[in-house]
Formats: sequence, structure tokens, C-alpha cells
Amino acid sequence: MIEIDALEFSYPDAGFHLRIPGFSMAAREKVAVIGPSGSGKTTLLNLVAGILVPRQGRVHCAGTEVSVLADAARRDFRISTIGFVFQDFELLDYLNVLDNILHPYRITRALQLTAEVRDRAGSLAEQLGIGDKLKRGVEQLSQGEKQRVAICRALLPGPQLVLADEATGNLDPRNKGHILELLFETVASHEATLLAVTHDHELLPQFDRVVDFNDFRVGAA
Amino acid sequence: MMDSLYIAWKYLSFSKARTATLVACVTLIAVLPLALQLLLAESERQLLSRAESTPLLLGAPGSALDLVMNGLYFDDEVPELISMAAVDAVAASGLATPIPLYVRFKARRFPIVGTTLDYFDFRGLTIKAGRQLALLGECVVGAEVAERLGITAGDSLLSSPETVFDLAGVYPLNMKVAGVLARSHTPDDLAVFVDIKTAWVVQGLVHGHQDVTRTQDAGVIIEQTDDNVIANARLVEYTEINPGNIDSFHFHGTPDDYPLSAVITVPRDEKSATILRGRYLDGDSGYQLVVPGTVIDGLLANIFRIKHMLDAVILVVAVATGLALVLVFALSIRLRQREIQTVFRIGGSRLTIARLLAAEITLIVLVSGVLCAIALLLVHQYSDELVRTLVIR
Repeated sequence: MIEIDALEFSYPDAGFHLRIPGFSMAAREKVAVIGPSGSGKTTLLNLVAGILVPRQGRVHCAGTEVSVLADAARRDFRISTIGFVFQDFELLDYLNVLDNILHPYRITRALQLTAEVRDRAGSLAEQLGIGDKLKRGVEQLSQGEKQRVAICRALLPGPQLVLADEATGNLDPRNKGHILELLFETVASHEATLLAVTHDHELLPQFDRVVDFNDFRVGAA
Repeated sequence: MMDSLYIAWKYLSFSKARTATLVACVTLIAVLPLALQLLLAESERQLLSRAESTPLLLGAPGSALDLVMNGLYFDDEVPELISMAAVDAVAASGLATPIPLYVRFKARRFPIVGTTLDYFDFRGLTIKAGRQLALLGECVVGAEVAERLGITAGDSLLSSPETVFDLAGVYPLNMKVAGVLARSHTPDDLAVFVDIKTAWVVQGLVHGHQDVTRTQDAGVIIEQTDDNVIANARLVEYTEINPGNIDSFHFHGTPDDYPLSAVITVPRDEKSATILRGRYLDGDSGYQLVVPGTVIDGLLANIFRIKHMLDAVILVVAVATGLALVLVFALSIRLRQREIQTVFRIGGSRLTIARLLAAEITLIVLVSGVLCAIALLLVHQYSDELVRTLVIR
């Protein structure tokens, strides 16, 4: 699903330099990325998603070399192939739960908002336990519920790859396990691949593999 | 585009205070110059049509504008008074028909216009309900006065004292409403018309008394002989004229000396008008004879000079407000960086952001446009009245 080769990336004037000699992920694999803050975990997800472009090296994702695509093509690829779950949910206060879930469909031409999509959004929300909160404002939701909305939004287009950036970082311990369980279940039911950045070492045993950014070694859980 | 409008609508309705402020700013910028334009056009129409239909106006020397505003539009500012002798002088010249005007007093905020029946013919005013003035103490009211005060023929209307502190002043006169005029869409709709003698009664120059020879109230009489009665201040001065006391009303002094505020002078022809104007050009005559159209033209020239200045001020304010709005949008984009980043991260592009902002601006302009249209419709609907209240009064 993911192939990274001799990747090098740096932020201009930030003194940050990321070097990944090689990394790969098989389809439907669940991989955790760990490492200290500022080591480049989020940058890796952004490079895989095509939000950032490497200075050198290649990023292959779902059979496409993302790093050589033009801006619009990279964006279309990301929308149709990748679902992104963020640590701070990235929900919009002025939209209700359903509108937040459907938001990607309203801002991109790559996704078409149809009645079938709306039905699917309802079913997915039910599956994630927020089916009765679709008309609520997001500010009325608990942290756990907000993350479920973010997961629902990421999974609705049926992505082949789900990137989760500290998806449980803002949740209490009881919710962490539950949300991760839900994420695993829904990713599995969508036959998707999961690459998740996390600081929670107690959650690591649930992943197939762990990538440690301390020395960038890939090891089994 | 519909999706962008939907999201923009959601954002605007969520940020109600910000949206309301923006809409109010845009609406005011648009409404102010347009409403001013409407009101000025209506002022011009009203002022000119009234002025052009009044050939000449005779009054005391002084401000020609005050004279015209009081004589034609019943303005509160009362010019120097002249006497009834001026009417006789114009009539005696045989060059014009004089119509006396005495516009000084009020009845429940509406001007009392003392005049003669010629005035109604001259202005083409007709009675809609009741009848024309026939007796002392009667009035006919303009259509707007009748509507606002809820009165009709047969009701009564009390004149207002000139000042509430004038305790020794004349008692208000309770006037019988003889009729209501048909609407003319002129200042006549907002006036209470009385015979010129009734106007003098309101002033106290003509009055009646309790008949002291027949009174049963011994407290009124100080001294009584066969041929003389001396009464004290308890003697009642009538405040209402009715068939029972009308005969007791009498003039003190010579009616020729009684006051007027102006005389509408309707010349027989162009030549008569020129001769009359020549006669009153002499500063020693004690009068001025003005052509209202010319006076109002001068006023309008000043109004439009001021209007040009106002236009410039409004333009500067509009530019400043426009820049402030641009700043508000720019700052709001900075404040919404997080939200914009979210849109980018879930698949939006710069074009998406531009489209969302454009949709927000479109909605604000649309709502402002609708409010502006409603405001302008209201101004247009009530421009007639607004001009009378704000400009002519």
C-alpha cells in the first residue's frame, strides 16, 4: 500500500530535516508510528497524504507515485484514496455533526454528494454510536464523540488508506481504548490500511507493526 | 456553488453578531445616499410645485424665506406681522385679489391657518366630509389632521396655548370641526383652517364675555348701578363660540390694525403682477412682495450645494467603511486560519476558500441589498410625509 524510498524532507528555515531510507506497508496492515515530539511523525503522514512534497526520494501510495503529482492531482488523489483523522478533530463549529461529516463532499469536485452518500453517512454514524447526534452542533459533543465524527468523516468516502495523527491524544483513558477499537473495526470493515501516529504505548500491542522514529527502525509489536 | 452558499450561510448564521454588523454597514452605505437622493427629489417637487402655484406673497420686510416658508408651508417660524390694512391696499389697487393669512397658532401640534374662503378656491381644496366654514369659531381640518387626530365633522378641536407658562394668556378656543378637506398631498393636509376672525379670537383680540347684567353669580359683580356694571376677574371669557354667545363677541380696536402673517396676492394678469412688484420694490412701503418660486429656487440651490457636499462626505465615509470591511474580512481570514487549514487538509484548495469567502460576501451583499430595497421602498412610500416633517415641517 505504501512504499517510501530514500525520502528527504526539510522545512525552509526551520532547521528540521527528515530522512527515511525506506519504509513500506502492506494493504490492510495496521501500523503505529511512535517517537518523540518533533521527530517528524506528522510530517510523514503529510508526505504520504501528499499534503507535503519531499525534497528528494519517492512516495508511492496505492500504486500511485504521490510525490510527482501536480497540486490538483495530489489533492484529488488524497480525497479519493486517503482518510485523515486528526488529533484535534478539525471539526467546524458552525456546522452540525452531519454537515461536518459531509463537508468534504461539499468542498471538492472529486466527491459527489448523493442520497446514497447521505444514507451511508447515517449508517456509519450509527456504527460509530453517534447516529442520534447528527443534527447537533459539534460544540455540544464530548471529546470522544467529536473524534467519532472525525473518524466518520474520514471513512465516509471509503478510503483505501486511513492516516490517524494522534487520534486518541485528546481523549481520556477509557475513551482511548474504545475509540481505537472503533477505528480498528471500521477500518477493517472498510478493508482499509491504517497508519497511526500515537504516544500511547499501551495501545501498541493492538497494531500489526510499530515504526519507531527514535532511530527510525521498523520492528514488530 | 450551492454547496458554497450553504456552508457560507451556515457560517454567517453561526456568527450572528459579526454578520449583523457587516450587513448593517453595507446596508447603510447603500441606503444613505439613495434615500437622500429620494428625499431631495421629493423636497424639490413639493417645494417647487407649491411655490410655483403661488404667484406673489406680500409680507413684512425681513427674511423672504421665512415669509414663504410660513405662508406656503405653515412653518413654525412666524415672520414679522403686517396688518389687515395691507389686504385692503391690494384690493383697492384693483390689480390683484388678496388672500389674508394668519399662521401663528397651533391646535394639537398642527398649524391653525386663519384665512378667507378665497384660499380654498385658490388652492383647489374641496370638502370631503361636513361643510365649509360658515360661523365664527368653526374650523375645517386637513385630511391628515383628521386621520391622525381621529376627528371628523361635528367633533371639536382645542387650540393650544402659545406657551404653557403664559398663565395670564388667552384661554384655548374650543373650535367646532365643520368639515374635513379632501387629501391634496400638500401642506394643507396638515393644517387646521379657520376664518381670519376666528384666528383673532384664538389670539384674544376678538372675544365674548359672560353677560354680567344677567348673571346670578353675585361674586362676579363688584359694583352695579342702573347704567354701569363693574365685574371682577371671575367674569368668564368664553372659550367656545355657540349660538347662545356668538352675539357677545366683539372687536377691540380697528380691524384694519389686526395682525396677519402674509397676504397671498393673485394678480389679474402678468402686467398687474409687474406693476404690483414695482410698487412694493420701494423700501418705504413697509412691505415686501416676493415671488415664492424665486425664493424657493434660491433655497433649492443652497440645498443642492449642501447635497453635493454631503455626497462627497458620504463617498469618503463609504470608501472608509469599504476599507474597514476589507480589513474586517482580512482579519477574519487570519482569525479563521485554523478553519482554513482544516478545509485544506480535508481536500479543499485555495479556490475552495476563495469560493467560500465569495459566497459569504455574496450573501451579505444580497441580504444588505434586500434590506436596502425595503428601506428605500419605505422612504419612497413615506417620502411625502418625511419631507414635510424633516424639510418643510
